[in-house]
Amino acid sequence: MGKRTAATEVVAQNRSRAGSAVRATRPGAAAPPPGPLTDALPAEFAKWFKTRGWAPRTHQLALLERATKRTPTLLIAPTGAGKTLAGFLPSLVELSRRDRTTLKGAGLNTLYISPLKALSVDIARNLENPIREIGLKIRCETRTGDTPVSRRTRQRTKPPEILLTTPEQVALLLAHPDAPYLFADVRTVILDELHAISGSKRGDLLSLDIARLRTLAPELITIGLSATVARPSELRAYLVAQDAPEAITRLADIVVAQSGAEPEIAILEADDPPPWSGHSALYAIASIYQAIKRHALTLVFVNTRMQAELIFQELWRVNEDGLRIALHHGSLDHGQRRKVEAAMAAGTLDAVVATSTLDLGIDWGDVDLVINVGAPKGSSRLLQRIGRSNHRLDEPSRAILVPGNRFEVLECRAALDAARAGVQDVALSRRGSLDVLAQHVLGMACQAPFAMDELFAEVQSASPYAWIQRATFDRIVDFVATGGYALKSYQRFAKLRPEADGRLSVANGKIAQSYRMNAGTIVESPMIKVRLIGGGRLRGRGSWSRASTPRRPLTGGRVLGEVEEHFVEQLAPGQAFVFAGEVLRFEGLKETEAYVSRASASDPVVPSYAGGKFPLSTHLAERVRLMLHDRAAWAHLPVQVAEWLALQGERSALPDASEVLVETFPRGGRHHMVVYPFEGRLAHQTLGMLLTRRLERAGVMPMGFVANDYGLSIWARGDIGAMIRSGSIPLAALFEEDMLGDDLETWLAESSLMKRTFRCCAVIAGLIERRHPGKEKSGRQVTMSTDLVYDVLMKHDPGHILLEAARADAATGLLDIGRLGDFLRRIRGAIVHKDLERVSPLSVPILLEIGREPVGTSGREDLLRDAAEELIRDAMGCE
Amino acid sequence: MLQLKPERLGINDFREQNVSVCGKLFVADVSGALYWPAEKALIVADLHLEKGSSFAAKGQLLPPYDTRETLLQLAKAVDRFGAKTVVALGDSLHDRDAGERMPQTELDKLRIMQDACEWIWVTGNHDPEIADRLGGFVVPELTVEGITLRHEPRGAWTTHEIAGHLHPAARISRDGFSLRRPCFIGNGVRLIMPAFGSYAGGLNVMDEAFEPLFGGDSFAVWMLGQEGLYPIATRLLRDD
Repeated sequence: MGKRTAATEVVAQNRSRAGSAVRATRPGAAAPPPGPLTDALPAEFAKWFKTRGWAPRTHQLALLERATKRTPTLLIAPTGAGKTLAGFLPSLVELSRRDRTTLKGAGLNTLYISPLKALSVDIARNLENPIREIGLKIRCETRTGDTPVSRRTRQRTKPPEILLTTPEQVALLLAHPDAPYLFADVRTVILDELHAISGSKRGDLLSLDIARLRTLAPELITIGLSATVARPSELRAYLVAQDAPEAITRLADIVVAQSGAEPEIAILEADDPPPWSGHSALYAIASIYQAIKRHALTLVFVNTRMQAELIFQELWRVNEDGLRIALHHGSLDHGQRRKVEAAMAAGTLDAVVATSTLDLGIDWGDVDLVINVGAPKGSSRLLQRIGRSNHRLDEPSRAILVPGNRFEVLECRAALDAARAGVQDVALSRRGSLDVLAQHVLGMACQAPFAMDELFAEVQSASPYAWIQRATFDRIVDFVATGGYALKSYQRFAKLRPEADGRLSVANGKIAQSYRMNAGTIVESPMIKVRLIGGGRLRGRGSWSRASTPRRPLTGGRVLGEVEEHFVEQLAPGQAFVFAGEVLRFEGLKETEAYVSRASASDPVVPSYAGGKFPLSTHLAERVRLMLHDRAAWAHLPVQVAEWLALQGERSALPDASEVLVETFPRGGRHHMVVYPFEGRLAHQTLGMLLTRRLERAGVMPMGFVANDYGLSIWARGDIGAMIRSGSIPLAALFEEDMLGDDLETWLAESSLMKRTFRCCAVIAGLIERRHPGKEKSGRQVTMSTDLVYDVLMKHDPGHILLEAARADAATGLLDIGRLGDFLRRIRGAIVHKDLERVSPLSVPILLEIGREPVGTSGREDLLRDAAEELIRDAMGCE
Repeated sequence: MLQLKPERLGINDFREQNVSVCGKLFVADVSGALYWPAEKALIVADLHLEKGSSFAAKGQLLPPYDTRETLLQLAKAVDRFGAKTVVALGDSLHDRDAGERMPQTELDKLRIMQDACEWIWVTGNHDPEIADRLGGFVVPELTVEGITLRHEPRGAWTTHEIAGHLHPAARISRDGFSLRRPCFIGNGVRLIMPAFGSYAGGLNVMDEAFEPLFGGDSFAVWMLGQEGLYPIATRLLRDD
């Protein structure tokens, strides 16, 4: 849709996001195309571009033209294409032309919303340049959780023309009684990095807030800014009000910026072959180090925090040249992260090992190489990360993929081919969550009494909620008011009460206060601060337990960062682990802090890496399946990997893309069944759970299973192979789609996964209050009490709407039911069974995961029984 | 890795555990109740009835089924042992108004049990008084056969005592899993019972609060599972 002309074939010279435009390198090349596009640009703006030696880009002008016509528009542009300036240009132009006397109020004109508060701050800074240099009188301010109260108050009474903020702050502002005054004059809402917000609960909440903004300021238009995505139509629908569920989906206009040079991507050729399993890529450390040496600034992306720690540690071990290598991940202390970012911008670093905390588009200086360790899991993610290198459209981005194991070689190869072909992952369309809706309903009641019909219509206009039925909406309102229980015993404690005109209002002022404390959709797993122990003499244990080793008092010292509570739970005092790039000794836990000391252990406990956090994307999986069968494609693979596949062909089979291979073989006194769906770890875990139940009923006596991104293995006492051969277990029936019915329900009801999901829903929906510094219960107690609440609710009110919300969440997120269902349908009649005498080559990486990746048990009763039996064995004096 | 069915003791080995306090035999039950066969008495601690509505009154609308669930579990335990006496060891009601808030349907359940058993409310810090409509006898503490049943355990060196109040819970971690469950904790001369209420949380037995009661090493812990009650070696116990 974006109009492209040859005249705009120009070169980007772009250091600051907002100030980015185009610098002409060839005389005449930069002249903007004549015609209606440039007419929209006032003289002082044209002059400003000229004095900077820039020319406005086609997509910047195109967006300006759409905005002038008041058309909501989605701009899709790669990193470094001047996306942000494009987004703000319409507002700046409009504000420069306004006649102060005719403008009602001097209110808020433009609301800019980004997923990261750091991004808002960054952009506010960069926006100041054009505002000052063009000579505009525009106040532009940020509002985040860190903004001082005095300024926040002023922002409400005397709003700036441009406010840069986050989705959570918008929700809080909208829940305030003066929201109609504050937002009445808003003309433009800019949604930056829209691809990173939509499709999540944050995106659900934001869509509802935008629906409310439209009610308050009917003239506003939305401008969405996004990286390249597979299905832009979902983002386009997100940007405009929808009519009704059955009506045709309405879409915003779209402008697509010209993309830059083709990326140069290679798979690392290390001297050692990739290992059979694992994800750490340690075999490639020397090669990674050499690549860092050859480049000015390298970003090493990894998939998890623990992997980041490990790679960082290993790079320093071989760092003979004293390269300046830093670490950046979400668990590190805030200050430490800011220091690394500043050092990157200042060009005083050679490499940064980072997780997805760096995925979003902040300007990261002169990165000239991106190394992706482990499989990228999706081509969109890969392109996004590669986009971090070379913020210049004319030069190719350079990237190296480092597969962690042999399967990841296949996946990297597939991702690379996909990236070259410009194919993007398919994002699933999303149904807005009910817990988020509950939070929003309470927020709206805090702003002003609402009429059910009006709020329902408004909610339905948000694209994630276009599907919602009136009955469901009514149940949510009932939930907010009285808990929504079948047993109506809380009428006297109702939070929402009808007024004389039938509108619902909050029952008292404390409810609004509690809403403000609990708003937002991000429910972190409880985090534990890691604090370096202070000096002081050793003494006996302060805690009353029996251990007699003297240790330091758990006091004082610097905070190094935070780790997930479940990680700390696995550590015993005295154990060493790697964190913040150091080897640390765990000393003990006090309240919500883990105390550690520096240690020199050469063999730290590196926690087991629980696979990629992101499951393999559907279309990458398909490419991998194709590659398995296509011997010609093996030429592009490392020799060892090609040999491995050839051997698999000889010993067992290489299924074609439409088939699924099932292998059975005896090993170590057990019988294994290995299945290769290539549908991602989450779907495989679910499949493993359900198959195990079926095999148990069939009398196979399954003993356990393990799953990774590529397949799963179940082992049993019974001879599965023989039973399949004899027909006593028909394979087709084993993989029958109806396993997603009753089996799933039964398993889900008792799974700890469901309890975790319920906890998130309960917090977001406002059933359970969030923890707050000062008046907090510890995370453990919260977990405990929501588990108790879940058990009681499951038993006495199983149809409760919050359980419904949790089930829907689990099905889409953690279980990947949709994908599993597609798989089961796809393989009907296409199951290839190989009954083997021994382990097959393809199964080795999966079997090696046994004992490495624990799969959550349901009741965990086994754990207790094991521990009790241990006591009994102790008592009996046997080993 | 999930181990589904390794060889092991049968579940029946864990449904109940014999526990002795100063030579008297008690049976600890998977529900968290304690049965005294010689007296045909069932002892339960910290029912915290109407905790849900107590939170609801303050704005957190927790599911209003906690009293129903607690009384249901209690009735099952009474039936299982054929108890003739029930002793509720204090904090039976979550707050002073809980008795007034309790719905008639739940009150009826209580009555049915009280018709079949002698019912004794030992008072606790949450419920220093018990409303008349709840029936039963109300006592500050109770001594039977030399064993004192009271809500809050006395200080160091106390013996011949069965108490509640502390909501003991224990945590173990193995194979990368961590599990925290309510538990009985005792040393042969005193026993602290887990909270029986469906919404009652737990306090780790490694907490300082337990130190004066069981100073040193000599105590035993029985953790409540879904299906059984499990004696756990103290060296496996972990701080939170």
